[in-house]
Amino acid sequence: MQVTAKDSANLRLGSLEELEQLRSELKAAEDPNQTRIIVCHGTGCIANGSAGVTQALKDALAAAGEDIEVMPGIKTTGCHGFCSRGPLVIIKPKNIFYQQVKPKDAEEIVQKTIQAGETVERLLYEHPQTGEKIETTEDIPFYAGQQRVVLANIGQIDPTKIDDAMRAGAYAGVAKALTNMEPQQVIDAVINSGLRGRGGAGFPTGIKWNLAAKHQGGQKYVLCNADEGDPGAFMDRSVMEGDPHAVVEGMIIGGYAIGADTGYVYVRAEYPLAIKHLEKALVDARAYGLLGENILGSGFNFDIRINRGAGAFVCGEETALMRSVEGKVGEPVPRPPYPSDKGLFGKPSVLNNVETWANVSRILDKGADWFAGLGTEKSKGTKVFALVGKVNNVGLVEVPMGIKLREIVMEIGGGVPGSDHFKAVQTGGPSGGCLPWQDAELPVDFDSLIAAGSMMGSGGMIVMDDRDCMVDVAKYFLGFLEEESCGKCFPCRLGVPRLRETLNRFSKGEGTVQDIDDLYSLAEAIKAGSLCALGGTAPNAVLSTLRYFRDEYEAHILEHRCPAGVCKDLITYSIDPEVCTGCRACTRACPQDAISGEKKKPHTIDESLCIRCGMCFESCKFGAVQVQ
Amino acid sequence: MLSLTIDGKKVEAEAGWSLLDTARQHGIEIPTLCYHEAVEPFGACRLCVVELKQGNNSRLVASCVYPAEEGLEVYTDSEKVNNVRRWILEMLLSECPASSEIRQMAAQYGVETTRFEISDPEQECILCGLCVRACAQVVGANAISTVGRGAQKEIGSPYLTPGDDCVACGTCVTVCPTGAMSARFERVRGVPAVVMVRSVKG
Repeated sequence: MQVTAKDSANLRLGSLEELEQLRSELKAAEDPNQTRIIVCHGTGCIANGSAGVTQALKDALAAAGEDIEVMPGIKTTGCHGFCSRGPLVIIKPKNIFYQQVKPKDAEEIVQKTIQAGETVERLLYEHPQTGEKIETTEDIPFYAGQQRVVLANIGQIDPTKIDDAMRAGAYAGVAKALTNMEPQQVIDAVINSGLRGRGGAGFPTGIKWNLAAKHQGGQKYVLCNADEGDPGAFMDRSVMEGDPHAVVEGMIIGGYAIGADTGYVYVRAEYPLAIKHLEKALVDARAYGLLGENILGSGFNFDIRINRGAGAFVCGEETALMRSVEGKVGEPVPRPPYPSDKGLFGKPSVLNNVETWANVSRILDKGADWFAGLGTEKSKGTKVFALVGKVNNVGLVEVPMGIKLREIVMEIGGGVPGSDHFKAVQTGGPSGGCLPWQDAELPVDFDSLIAAGSMMGSGGMIVMDDRDCMVDVAKYFLGFLEEESCGKCFPCRLGVPRLRETLNRFSKGEGTVQDIDDLYSLAEAIKAGSLCALGGTAPNAVLSTLRYFRDEYEAHILEHRCPAGVCKDLITYSIDPEVCTGCRACTRACPQDAISGEKKKPHTIDESLCIRCGMCFESCKFGAVQVQ
Repeated sequence: MLSLTIDGKKVEAEAGWSLLDTARQHGIEIPTLCYHEAVEPFGACRLCVVELKQGNNSRLVASCVYPAEEGLEVYTDSEKVNNVRRWILEMLLSECPASSEIRQMAAQYGVETTRFEISDPEQECILCGLCVRACAQVVGANAISTVGRGAQKEIGSPYLTPGDDCVACGTCVTVCPTGAMSARFERVRGVPAVVMVRSVKG
């Protein structure tokens, strides 16, 4: 049980002193050197069965006669980031890192680690190169190269308990801003920190706030864009699930700075756990008086509402998002007027994304100078990336701005399976572009990525290897945007499908070099002519792949060949009789019964039946199936 | 009065005028499809894009919604502008090939044929949304809206069935730049059952 100075009837904190007193009591109530079991309950680990692990650990503790209330037992947290190794269990205070834990491992963990103080070797992470077993979180290369600012508390705190967040420093930024600073000083601090919006475009956050703040008095709004929609991206979800108070705190600070009394979190309905944790955070923050009237005795009133998005990618665009909150069709409207002048319900509004708001609370807590000391000259701080695709360590990473692309993928990410290089890294989601291996030493910051033909975006990072076809990749992203285009403006509604159709023809070996020139011209028209950034950046997938992989496009068009072996109309599968052992694995895998042959003798593929699904290729352990 | 240049010509504008207002006031023609004086500008068809130049930088904006500002350097007929217009018109030729208005406008920009596939040779609707905005802003009936999104987008009454909100005033038909609304009118307003049976295509 938590012991607090306040009785349960009145938890409201009336002043900075009361907040600090509560925090020190909470800290004193928990011994940091006590043994504790942390189980990751991020969405990835839950999907891998971490809830079962938690229950098994509880049962094992009870069976071993431990009092889990006193321990203080098991803490479930948000995402630790190393999703490909989940479920993750960490034993405090030594930070012993157990990976891919199953319920049946619980008894051994309790008996050996909790009771006897020994490590369970077989559950430790093994260094992929040296084969050495690594005992603690800090020594694992995936974590060693990271710098966790936004994610600092995620994996440490129970996101459903405000007291746990307070112990880790939550609302210290709000306390400073509301009790010691004028709104303009708060804005100046954010400007001086150099923080740029983490949603994609990288607009300086403090400057945006200033534009809304200059409207004296009247109704204003702050909004949080939690409509994370890029394929493969889950940064914002993890922040809301693992540390919702950081977002709430950032929004209170933003509301105070610009003079807004209401905040909206626009979160996609596909994020039920994030919504649950946010709702709990709001209830708890209200109980402590950190939301509501006269916050911390400052006279400032502010509250937050949650709006669920019904699943339209375009509603991540700020004007479309605001229309959706208003209950209208989620379509962008032309700017000017900018939302800082006429935004939600026609009132001055500031929209920032989840990660930006979380950064704000850190900046106010630790100071603008501290933040400005991180990252590069023009891109301050850190960036969270969802590292996915053909990379060994799939997961969530936070790195300082300016880190080399190679360091993220090859070191933190542990490299590409079966290869010493990546073919391309896609950043910036559908609006971004693909960067080739030649750009491996590129510093990852806002301006370098744009110069290279991609963009930071909200932080999706998809790693591709030699088996990925760049025409196919561009086609995928265009197909995505074609589905998600709102259809309001003509260049996007009409143009994106035409781009995709042209690429469709390329992937069938049709088309001419003239088509490539036409693609450039149409892409230029869509970029320049579209109403919002969805259309304005839609051609990037084509343009960036053409820029770096034009030879691959030409192989499709001129030689009717897909070098990566992906485009079905241009490839054939065959079995090398010298290598085939006749093990029949491919025969069983083939959905078309296209493969025949006697047992233990080389098999053959009937081309007329083959649908080029690649199942035989995947199933062959000897590399006998070839694709050309 | 604000002073700016359009196509190198010095022009004056009143505060609150859009670039399109300003150009038309001075006899400079800019093509439009989704614009109508009777309703709020929408910025959707993008035919009215013009190029704004600032030093070495230039960008396209929709002139129907972009406000006239002091000192702007505007080009209504540059290559960048015409590239956008030509592509839009060529794509419209394949999207709504039945519209003679679109064919005429395309011809003015030298676009006589389309290299894209025609999916519906009968289609006239360009989805400019003028019918929807006129119904909402002029009539106040709100009987129709756009339905769906992207390539699936269409104009219709709620649940795509005739509704009571339509007052059969015909404003949408009048305002429609291509005549597509007259074919759709019965589906919004509803018609006697006998006529509906007759209208079913064999």
